[in-house]
Amino acid sequence: MNPGQTPFQPRRRIASEFAESRIALAGLALLIVILLIALFAPLISPQNPYDLAQLDVLDSRLPPGAQSQSDGGRTFWLGTDDQGRDMLSGIFYGLRTSVAVGVASTLAALAIGLCFGLLAAYFGGWVDTLIMRIVDIQLSFPSILIALILLALLGQGLDKIIVALVAVQWAYYARTVRGAALVERRKEYMEAAAGLALSHARIVFRHLLPNCLPPLIVVATVQVAAAITLEATLSFLGLGLPITEPSLGLLISNGFTYMLSGKYWISFFPGVALLATIVSINLVADQLRDVLNPRLQK
Amino acid sequence: MPVTILRRLLQSILVLFVMSLLVFIGVYAIGNPVDILISPQADQAEIARATAALGLDRPLAEQYWVFLRQAAAGDLGRSFAFNVPAIQLILERMPATLELAVAAMLIAIVFGIPLGLWAGLAPDSISGRTIMTGSILGFSLPTFWVGLMLIMVFSVELGWLPASGRGPTVELLGVPVSFLSGEGLAHLLLPAANLALFKLALIIRLTRAGTREALLQDYVRFARAKGLSEARVIFVHVLKNILIPIVTVVGLEFGSLIAFAIVTESVFSWPGMGKLLIESINMLDRPVIVAYLCIIVTLFTLINLAVDVVYSLLDPRVRLADAAA
Repeated sequence: MNPGQTPFQPRRRIASEFAESRIALAGLALLIVILLIALFAPLISPQNPYDLAQLDVLDSRLPPGAQSQSDGGRTFWLGTDDQGRDMLSGIFYGLRTSVAVGVASTLAALAIGLCFGLLAAYFGGWVDTLIMRIVDIQLSFPSILIALILLALLGQGLDKIIVALVAVQWAYYARTVRGAALVERRKEYMEAAAGLALSHARIVFRHLLPNCLPPLIVVATVQVAAAITLEATLSFLGLGLPITEPSLGLLISNGFTYMLSGKYWISFFPGVALLATIVSINLVADQLRDVLNPRLQK
Repeated sequence: MPVTILRRLLQSILVLFVMSLLVFIGVYAIGNPVDILISPQADQAEIARATAALGLDRPLAEQYWVFLRQAAAGDLGRSFAFNVPAIQLILERMPATLELAVAAMLIAIVFGIPLGLWAGLAPDSISGRTIMTGSILGFSLPTFWVGLMLIMVFSVELGWLPASGRGPTVELLGVPVSFLSGEGLAHLLLPAANLALFKLALIIRLTRAGTREALLQDYVRFARAKGLSEARVIFVHVLKNILIPIVTVVGLEFGSLIAFAIVTESVFSWPGMGKLLIESINMLDRPVIVAYLCIIVTLFTLINLAVDVVYSLLDPRVRLADAAA
């Protein structure tokens, strides 16, 4: 670091370097809006799309911008589905489910992958070989295949889809953490920690883990997008979430039948919401990768 | 060289063995195999008879051995829904899936390599950047939604191409194929394009990265210094060298195309193995699910083995590394 520069402040550096890319900032802004919508869906939705008392069959399959046939001429900005449900509200609630499933499964997979990856790197030897062989074999199969088979064997439901998503994802984290930890393990501070006769647990969790986090954050961000896409695909195929907790994938699937008769909006708008979510996460992840990569640091 | 192949072969056999064990545990040990292997319509007496016939009253290790022996003989149970051997049902649908996957891979290669080359040769031009932005979209867009949009635009709005089915098939060496008749080709076009999208993006990025790296190498500078035409430098010297990673990826990704065909087949009602799998899952036709699983695992293992072997033949560095080890 040059003399005269401000003291090293990693958080501020990351923030300012992140802000250098306008498109990444736009992605971040979009992502924040999406997260706020997901969080406050029940408060901002024009109607509760799953309260049957609020639905009217007369309103079914109205095009975007149409007025309600029954209650005081409410406008359905994005149209309605086959049960007269406001698409905008349906999308808000669907976004909530999709984001929740994506984040929950990613966090669980992160925790599991982290433990196995650290174990493999720290102990080496046969522990390492065993864990990494399993990871290699699993990663040689496409995730959608593994998830489908698991759901076929386990059955359906919110808990099962999270189990399937975790099972699909943990291997990515295990591999990433192991790679990072193998590099860190050879550094002097690790030798110093071992020299101080600290316990294995303390060395692994207080010294090794924090230094392996940057690449993990990048992988986790990308994986949230991947998990949301995978969940939407599984729901579209009819193997994901039950109809009582519709995610974006199920909304799109519901509209598929009507698309052939030109009623595009039932599938189109949930798809746009899904797309906006995935693209905004990927934009943020892309910039994070550059900012957190030590090789690219100025 | 033979040592490498032998080692890979042993690894593949190990993977197959582990997978068979996992399938067995999934079907026999976790779930109740009676539910999985015997039709839900069966009455008590039938269940008892079938339990004895399937040997479900014998110890687990013995059951596993029987399962392995039957699987090796191609007997993976009968479909509840169609009452034919599950494996036959899947093999009947396999040509449709393979045709779709091959068509998608061809589209990805035919468009991906030239676009990638262009983006690599002119990385800062507007066209080069447009290609790269497009390829990012190709990665981000969920396959099934792109499929829906293709149907919306080309089938519903424009009415150019059919939205579902395989169209009339023509026998080629005893295998029914779509691409030989005009109408079949029209049916093939949308699903193949849909399936190709992700691989297209991948091949564009690979080719672009390879081209940019190759252009900096000494052999390219030497070829130019010899006064070779720019076309010869690019198409002979650069292209030949970047083909190694592309061939590998094309091989490895072929398996994932077959897996992703599950989604495309469901969107376009393409009568392949993937659509069969989804239908079987929805109808709880479990012998078909188990048979699909066994076939796809074998297929993947074979593809991975083939790619490993071809790779070590193509790239002398892999062979040398193996010889040194």
